[in-house]
Amino acid sequence: MNDMQIDHIVGDYQEHTINYFNGSSRKIYVTEKETVFPKGSLVVSRTNVDGVITHANKSFVDMSGYTEEEIIGQPHHLLRHPDMPAAAFADLWQTLKNGDKWHGYVKNLRKDGGYYWVYATAIPNIRKGVVQGYASVRREPSRKKIDEAIKLYASMQ
Amino acid sequence: MTYNLAISPDFKPDLISDWFVFNTWLQKQVNIAIHLELHHDFHEQHAAIESNKVDLIYANPYDISRLVRDEGFIAIARPSQKPDEAIIACKLERDFKDVTDLSGPLTIAQTSSLDVNTIGTIMLEPADISVDDINISSCANYVGVAKQLLKGEADIGFFLADAFNDLSSLVKSQLKPIISSEIHLIHHAFLVGPEAGEHIDAIRSSLLSMNQDKGGSVILNGLGFSSWEAMEQEDAEFMIDLIDTLTCG
Repeated sequence: MNDMQIDHIVGDYQEHTINYFNGSSRKIYVTEKETVFPKGSLVVSRTNVDGVITHANKSFVDMSGYTEEEIIGQPHHLLRHPDMPAAAFADLWQTLKNGDKWHGYVKNLRKDGGYYWVYATAIPNIRKGVVQGYASVRREPSRKKIDEAIKLYASMQ
Repeated sequence: MTYNLAISPDFKPDLISDWFVFNTWLQKQVNIAIHLELHHDFHEQHAAIESNKVDLIYANPYDISRLVRDEGFIAIARPSQKPDEAIIACKLERDFKDVTDLSGPLTIAQTSSLDVNTIGTIMLEPADISVDDINISSCANYVGVAKQLLKGEADIGFFLADAFNDLSSLVKSQLKPIISSEIHLIHHAFLVGPEAGEHIDAIRSSLLSMNQDKGGSVILNGLGFSSWEAMEQEDAEFMIDLIDTLTCG
């Protein structure tokens, strides 16, 4: 996965290097610009068992800031924002690997360096007893829940 | 052998005759005997499914989950470009402009349609209203939901978008939508059960070409959609997964 490109960033930014669970890392640029969740929509994506994005609905593409062509085939952690504690994602993947549903509040990183909050539910796609991949469905969270998540995640960093 | 066809009880009442015409058309196309049984509510339909009295069904998204995963039904077609979307509406005079303007205590008028109620509940989440502050007022149909809003007996109502749009202009003029869903992924579907399995190909072929048949096209118009679209088993499985996520948390 390539580093973010400065010419895609909109507004003032801070530079971070984010380390992923698989040992890889990426240089990212983060702004304070929040994108509001589209009213009444669901943001939906699917990955294969390795966490590589295979399907994304229009809301997912729109919210990510990437084109569909850019995002399909990328690892899902492309969206990981540095304000999200690694422990949250470790819990997510462990829960999914146990065959269970995971849900929680997530701050996602956009291509332009901005962010958006979601309430995400992820489930394993089990067909004939075999996990074929994972699906994640995000819906609009309340501002109160976002504020609680901001405090919680700051304490986990 | 006569097969039993069930239609999800959340169809519009004025479509009863259209479904009977559809059944007559399908029998002629596939050359099998089909008895159309219109159940009064979901409870009655679920009892019929449990008693193996349903072989073919135009099913609500929630029932698809159980029919596919527990009863061995196969989804073969869905109405083209007709997803199940929901609207949360209130009486025109109310001050609510956005879901976040809502607060408890709140009385919600709703029917027994689980998909609409689930989508409506999800769209309410940004208002962060405690479950303890919500009262549910059950209605037999969407006209009943509208009546409760107009009488001030409920603060908001959950509507199937199609049903809201089909309300009389007089009623609609006294209501206002607060939010409409834009999900596009949840829909009814036509399923074939194990007993009728040998006819799947014939039924699928008939449905998918129904819009090319003059009589079939007229029937489809009556039912409110233009054609059937092929549905693969994975399409059904994914919709089931999606609904599973919506009932979480």
